[in-house]
Amino acid sequence: MKTVVTAQGQYIDSMVDPRFGRCSWFIVADSNTGQFKAVSNEKSFEASQGAGIQAADNVTRLGVDSVITGHCGPKAFRVLKAAGKKVYTGGGGTVAEMLDRFKKGELKEAETADVEGHWA
Amino acid sequence: MLSDLTVAIASGKGGTGKTTVSSNLACAASQAGGEVYYVDCDVEEPNGHLFLKPRITGSRRIYVPVPAVDEEKCTYCGLCSEICQYSAIVCLNKTILTFENMCHGCGGCSLVCPVGAISEKGRDIGVLEEGRSGPINFIHGRLTVGEAMSPPMIKAVLSTGKKGAFRIIDAPPGTSCPAITSIKSADYVILVTEPTPFGINDLGLAIDMVSELGVPFSVVVNRSETNNHLARNYCSARGVRILAEIPDDRRVAEVYSRGELVFDAIPDFRGYFTDILISLGKEAKR
Repeated sequence: MKTVVTAQGQYIDSMVDPRFGRCSWFIVADSNTGQFKAVSNEKSFEASQGAGIQAADNVTRLGVDSVITGHCGPKAFRVLKAAGKKVYTGGGGTVAEMLDRFKKGELKEAETADVEGHWA
Repeated sequence: MLSDLTVAIASGKGGTGKTTVSSNLACAASQAGGEVYYVDCDVEEPNGHLFLKPRITGSRRIYVPVPAVDEEKCTYCGLCSEICQYSAIVCLNKTILTFENMCHGCGGCSLVCPVGAISEKGRDIGVLEEGRSGPINFIHGRLTVGEAMSPPMIKAVLSTGKKGAFRIIDAPPGTSCPAITSIKSADYVILVTEPTPFGINDLGLAIDMVSELGVPFSVVVNRSETNNHLARNYCSARGVRILAEIPDDRRVAEVYSRGELVFDAIPDFRGYFTDILISLGKEAKR
């Protein structure tokens, strides 16, 4: 099972990036192999609009089941849910800490976006 | 008397006096005779109507084309999603999502769809109103509050009214899409500035923008002061012509705050606007 965490750096001990659409990196953790992979979010980061939608689309392509981030807006949330992903907002601390809490079942799945969209 | 000329009144900084210059120019031009249009392209917050007080004679809703996907035909190939630069259409495994507010209405998605699954429907973005203020033809657009896509409304406003007349475009401030859309088809641009550090900084950006577009232009310094050389020095350093200076005068602020036209209320200010018209006539011939 693969989980992605938005991160400010490309390492497992990097801090969680509170922004979803404009986060710096995606850290993909594979619980079957125990391996980690960092994927740059540069393209969405620099998008003039629609960063959340684009990031959600890219995350979907990473083949993950769950997404852990700080905040997720309505448009990104809609894409992630349409793609059948589980979303966890309210993330903080390091990526490793979040994954640990996730494994222990301490995170509660988000039912809605937790922030407002930037465009209408 | 000017005809067959479109002049856009623009600025980098907001609040420098675009509407004051354009509404009073419209007034001066109509008194000189000939057909005059005042066209308010500041569709996010149009304010020319506060001064010209037009009688609105017609209005129509303005729509931008957005994609309507027929999922019966869709093969989820993802080409639409790939070509969209605005993330307005997303193709997931067996789902297509559209985000109408993000769509710029370019029509790219329906063009690339290999199975003809995408048609276009209209999304309402606001209202365009036409009317008359005495002899002045008046046109403005009012974008729905919260709507982010102003260029389609601006284009609708610009394409309304008769060609061949003297058209004064009251452009939105700034140097991004709304301002560029408003001025790029003009024959001439007047950049209104004020002699303050903010005014000069943004004038510089506006000069860069107009130069890039290749539209001839000059500057009008509003709220000008005799001993303040900020704008004069800046324009001279950049080799830009100052078409006119309108002095700083408390009476103008008072007239403005009452929603009146300087041209009507302060007779000794009329000359500034008629002089601009004469200069425009000369500039347009060049």
